[in-house]
Amino acid sequence: MADSLDVSALEAWVREFARSIAEHKDELTALDSAIGDADHGANMDRGMSAAVAALEASPPADPGALLKQVGMTLVSKVGGASGPLYGTFFLRMAGTLGPDPADDEAFARALRAGLDGVIARGKAEPGDKTMLDALAPACDALDAALAAGEPFGAALRAAAAAAGAGRDATVPLVARKGRASYLGERSAGHQDPGATSTALLLDAAVTALSGSAG
Amino acid sequence: MARVGLVVVSHSRPLAEAAVALARQMLPSAEVAVEVAAGTDDGGLGTDAVAVSAAITAADSGDGVVVLMDLGSAVMSAETALELLDDDVRDRVVLSSAPLVEGLVGAVVVAAGGADRDRVAAEALRGLAPKQAHLDQ
Repeated sequence: MADSLDVSALEAWVREFARSIAEHKDELTALDSAIGDADHGANMDRGMSAAVAALEASPPADPGALLKQVGMTLVSKVGGASGPLYGTFFLRMAGTLGPDPADDEAFARALRAGLDGVIARGKAEPGDKTMLDALAPACDALDAALAAGEPFGAALRAAAAAAGAGRDATVPLVARKGRASYLGERSAGHQDPGATSTALLLDAAVTALSGSAG
Repeated sequence: MARVGLVVVSHSRPLAEAAVALARQMLPSAEVAVEVAAGTDDGGLGTDAVAVSAAITAADSGDGVVVLMDLGSAVMSAETALELLDDDVRDRVVLSSAPLVEGLVGAVVVAAGGADRDRVAAEALRGLAPKQAHLDQ
């Protein structure tokens, strides 16, 4: 059995997500300039940079504390709608995981709790052209792969692939939530920035966590 | 006489402060707690749920708080802020869907008169009524 998902594994996930957001910052902002207020890349980069800085200033002792700290930093520092959305995601994960290292099924439950938090906060539905369109299929794919007995790394890759497919499927959609919804039909033909950053979150999980749990 | 507090949540600090100035112009000497949570801490456009919860706490004297907000993340940050508050404070807070400027003007006036929280919230919600009546819409 591989290592469990302890605080250092989850910290590696958060750091990899922050690194990836910084790398894709301009791409995210360009997507957001097409259908939004052109701040998603800068906002997420500000928030995740602050989250990493907080990890270094006061290292959390356990998984729940780590994810709570990330969530609180995001609800405060991001500025845009992705602050309360990603912040609530991490806060709900924190509440589900608690202090003990997680196994793969506990991680999947926490991810779904995060998804439920995003739904409660944003009131979006599937197909509204939001981050939900990447996150919901990722949770479904992770649950299905684990139920089929797949190892954690393979299950995470399935979840990331589903998030990527969900992201790609936002292109033809008409936005029904957020600033893009003011554009109506003109929002079709553009990839959703929130679904794009959510796919990066799942890719980061593959990179950082595939060797963990079991 | 109740002392209901008000909180303005906006993406923009200048927008929030100007709305408060406009509302206070009605009653320059009135002692109504109106707190602002607006903008990012580097002076940009954005909202901060932790700042909103601090503003609610500052505006609360025990008789309740009515929160007015602009759009999008302001609404979600206000909802997130509620989760960060103690249960007894949270129960005294109303998040209002009233239009920010018109709602705030009405709310400040009735709050200054000692109205209770539900009365202040109701006044904010009817903020568009004078304009709608004038323009016959």
